[in-house]
Parts: sequence; C-alpha cells; structure tokens
Amino acid sequence: MGYDLKMRVWRGDIDGGDLADYTVEVSEGEVVLDALHRLQATQAGDLAIRWNCKAGKCGSCSAEINGRPRLLCMTRLSDFDESETITVTPMRSFPVIRDLVTDVSYNYEKAKELPGIALGPRDADGKRRMAQIDVERGQEFRKCIECFLCQNTCHVVRDHEDNKPAFAGPRFFLRYAELDMHPLDTHDRRELAQGAAGLGMCNITKCCTEVCPENIQITDNAIIPMKERVADRKYDPLVWLGNKIGLRNKDYEGRTEV
Amino acid sequence: MALTDSGKTGVTGPTRASIEARTLRSDRWWLAPLTTFVVFTAFVIYATIRAFMGRDYYASPYLSPFYSPCLGDCVEGASDFGQPFQAFPLSAALLILIFPLGFRMTCYYYRKAYYRAFWLSPPACAVAEPHSAYSGESRLPLILQNIHRYFWYAAVLVGAVLTFDVFLAFRAMPAEYAVGDGETSGIHMGLGTLLMIINVVFIWLYTLSCHSCRHVVGGRLRHFSKHPVRYKLWTWVSRLNTSHGRWAWYSLFSVAIVDLYIFLLAAGTIQDVRFF
Repeated sequence: MGYDLKMRVWRGDIDGGDLADYTVEVSEGEVVLDALHRLQATQAGDLAIRWNCKAGKCGSCSAEINGRPRLLCMTRLSDFDESETITVTPMRSFPVIRDLVTDVSYNYEKAKELPGIALGPRDADGKRRMAQIDVERGQEFRKCIECFLCQNTCHVVRDHEDNKPAFAGPRFFLRYAELDMHPLDTHDRRELAQGAAGLGMCNITKCCTEVCPENIQITDNAIIPMKERVADRKYDPLVWLGNKIGLRNKDYEGRTEV
Repeated sequence: MALTDSGKTGVTGPTRASIEARTLRSDRWWLAPLTTFVVFTAFVIYATIRAFMGRDYYASPYLSPFYSPCLGDCVEGASDFGQPFQAFPLSAALLILIFPLGFRMTCYYYRKAYYRAFWLSPPACAVAEPHSAYSGESRLPLILQNIHRYFWYAAVLVGAVLTFDVFLAFRAMPAEYAVGDGETSGIHMGLGTLLMIINVVFIWLYTLSCHSCRHVVGGRLRHFSKHPVRYKLWTWVSRLNTSHGRWAWYSLFSVAIVDLYIFLLAAGTIQDVRFF
C-alpha cells in the first residue's frame, strides 16, 4: 500500500539554504533513503545525497532525520506515522557542501593524528600469537563503519567549533581503547589520549552510544575504560606509589609512551 | 556570505547548514532530563533535611542508612562501631554521608544524568547546549571526577556496614514494639528488616556494577588470557555494569524509603509491621 509522504529536506550550500517541502509517493517497507531517491528521480534531480550500500554497512548516508542523527538507509518509514512530516537535514556538526552532503574531513585529520599499531618482535617460529579471548575483546570496536554519527552528535564539537583542534571524538577514542587493550601493541597511548586527543573533554553524556547504528557501547566499553586507564597513569597516587616501590603493573611492560 | 556571521558558533556556526532551530527533534526529548532534575532535586532536599536533623534515625533495631555507621554523638544503641567523633558538634550523618555522596557525585552514570539535567551540557542528544564555552572534565574542578575509584573503595566499606545493619535488624524489638502476647526475645523480622534487605541488595548491585570496579577487577588488563580469574570476575561485573544506571536509581529510592520508614517509626508516627 503506497501513500503520499510529506517531507522537508534541507537544500542549500555553505552560502545558505533552507528546508524545502515535498510530497513523495512511497511504498510499504521503504526507508528514508528510498523516499529521497524517488524525490531525486521525480522532482529534485539536483538533490545531493551521499550513499552507497543501502545496507547500513558503508556509513555513507549519515544525516539527521527529525533532528536525530541516523543512517538514511536504516531508518524505516514505518517508524513514523503516515501523516507525519519527515524532516531531513545534513549532519549539523560538519561544514555543509551541498544539500545533504557534508565535508567530513575533520574525521580523517583526526585519524592521521592517531599512531597506528606497533607490533613487537615475532615469536621464534616467525609467528605472532594472541589468545582467542584477547582477540574477541576488540571485535566490538571493529564493528565501526565510520559513519561519523557519533562524531556528529558529540556536543563537544557539535556545539563548540573551537574544540575541534583539541578533540579527537568518540570514534577515535574507540580506536585508542582498542589499541590500548591490544596485547601485542607496544605503544602506551594513555598520555596521548588524555593530551592531544582531549579525552578529558568528554563528559560521558553517552550521545555517541545512543546514535551508533552498530550498537557499539562506545561510552561504557571504550571511553570510560580509557578514562580509567588515564586515571591509572596520571591521577592515582596508589599506582604512582606502587611504581616507586617496584610494584609495577606488568601489563604495561615493554610499552613505550607515544 | 554566511562566513561573515562570526558571532554564531556550534550548529548555527558559519560553515554549518544554515538552520536557525537549536534542534529539530520533535519527540519529547525534554522528558528524561526533566524527570532526572525533579527526582534528584527532591532527593537532595530530603537527604539534606534528614542529614542535618540529627534525630529520629534509630528505631531499635533499625538504624537509618544515612547515619550508618553512627560515629558521632549518637543515641543509645545506634553506635555499633563506637563513637570516635563524639565531640563533633553537628549531625553524625554529615561524618559519613560524604562517602556515598562523593561516590554518586563522581559516578559515571550520575555524571551523565546531572550534566544533562542540571547543566544542560547537552540537555539531550542533538539538542544544542546553551553554553558558549566548554572544557569538559579537563580542568579543575571537574578534573577531580578522576578520583571516583577512591570513593568506590569507601563505598565497598559502606556497603559492608549496611550489610551488617541488616543482620542487626533481625534482633528482637524492645518491649514497646511488642505484638501479640508481648514476646520480644529471640529474632524478629518486620517490614523494616525487609526494606533494609532490599536496600542493601540494590546498594551492592550499584556498588559492584561501578565502572571503576569493572576496571579494577580486570578491565585494566591487556591480557585476559594471562589472568583467567580476573577475566571471569570482569565478565560478571560487565554483566552488572550494563544496568548500572538502573541500580543507581533503584538504590537511590531504596535508601530514601528505608530512611523515611525508620524516621516515621522513631518519631512514633507509625508502628513497625512485624512478620514474626
């Protein structure tokens, strides 16, 4: 059963723009991206949308639907009342290029600032070994599709443009956590996470976790564990005393601070 | 060109899509922070009044969790650990409440809740906050949130004391509370005992599901495979940790209800419902 969907879509570029009203014929079982594609095919041929897989795996079609950061391809029309007007805007934390397409290069700049994994020497037989439970620990973090919805919703940069140089954002705290928990990595990233990446600016209000389309528990499993690791490194006098008298946490042996 | 509009920042900043509204959310995003604000404010007012009252906190054999352990100049029978601070001129609750208060104030769940509800930073996801500058927890005083683990150590001790209080709450009641033929010896159980049991269960669930606890028992490790016992503990705490916020709320209510019940008993307003 088809019906006429009322949509408001932001049209414009960096010089300005506004929400434009449309009515699009849609069918049962469709998602917001389907409606936008029909709009593009029938009424607004120049509508700019970034999209690719239509399966929630490429992370291209991030936008804001009724003010909530979501993937266009994973938001079902059946989640809304048929009489409801659906408002679609580009992500509001990044510079707009045109219509629903934003410039997400901030995230790639932050990725460059993060040192990659530095593996130690191989075992005598030329192999490297990790136990299965250590492998499994990082799997949740590797589900990230880099849609940058967490980066977009994080108020540290969303509401404060001036914080962007000093703040890496939740997607990269995820990576810091993954590497710091990696048994074979030889870098100690706690100082870097707290300093250059601005971990202390996060006030753990959990919006990154709320919007993650992969349901990664970014705050509980990555950011808070990283904050606790930084507290070990910088703010815990018992750990400091232990180091002084030779009671070291052996887990960080063989790691060099970056 | 929009770039000349340098007075605006955040979602209305010069490079962003030009939308005046601070949020386009149409759901009731304000309900959760408003509820948190009302409930937390009510609790803080109630707890402050009760903490400064300095009376009606002991109705034998029940001791209010706000005053446990009672280390100041407490009423007879309330001090099971002595009165080392007998000279303290104010209410004995003030000596001890700093620990559970500090634990909750620095708790990762409560931080989320009060940053959203009280400081509106942000009030809800994708709703612009009203502040023009933001440094998070990177400077004083909020950098002190990093001492959460020490409050957790104290909270474990407080949990142990409250557990001890539950055992004491099975003691025989004094004659004025006697029911039936007036028998008051041996053990007893009343509604107060039941409330204290429920409270201590929630207190332990909240304390053991803490993120710092999760870190201490095993989260700090890099090799789970080398520490099988700690890994097992970590998996248990992790399971509890997923509901940390729920335990925070339940234990907040339970501690207030137990105190209120004991307050009403001690003030003579109600009589204990006795099971045996």
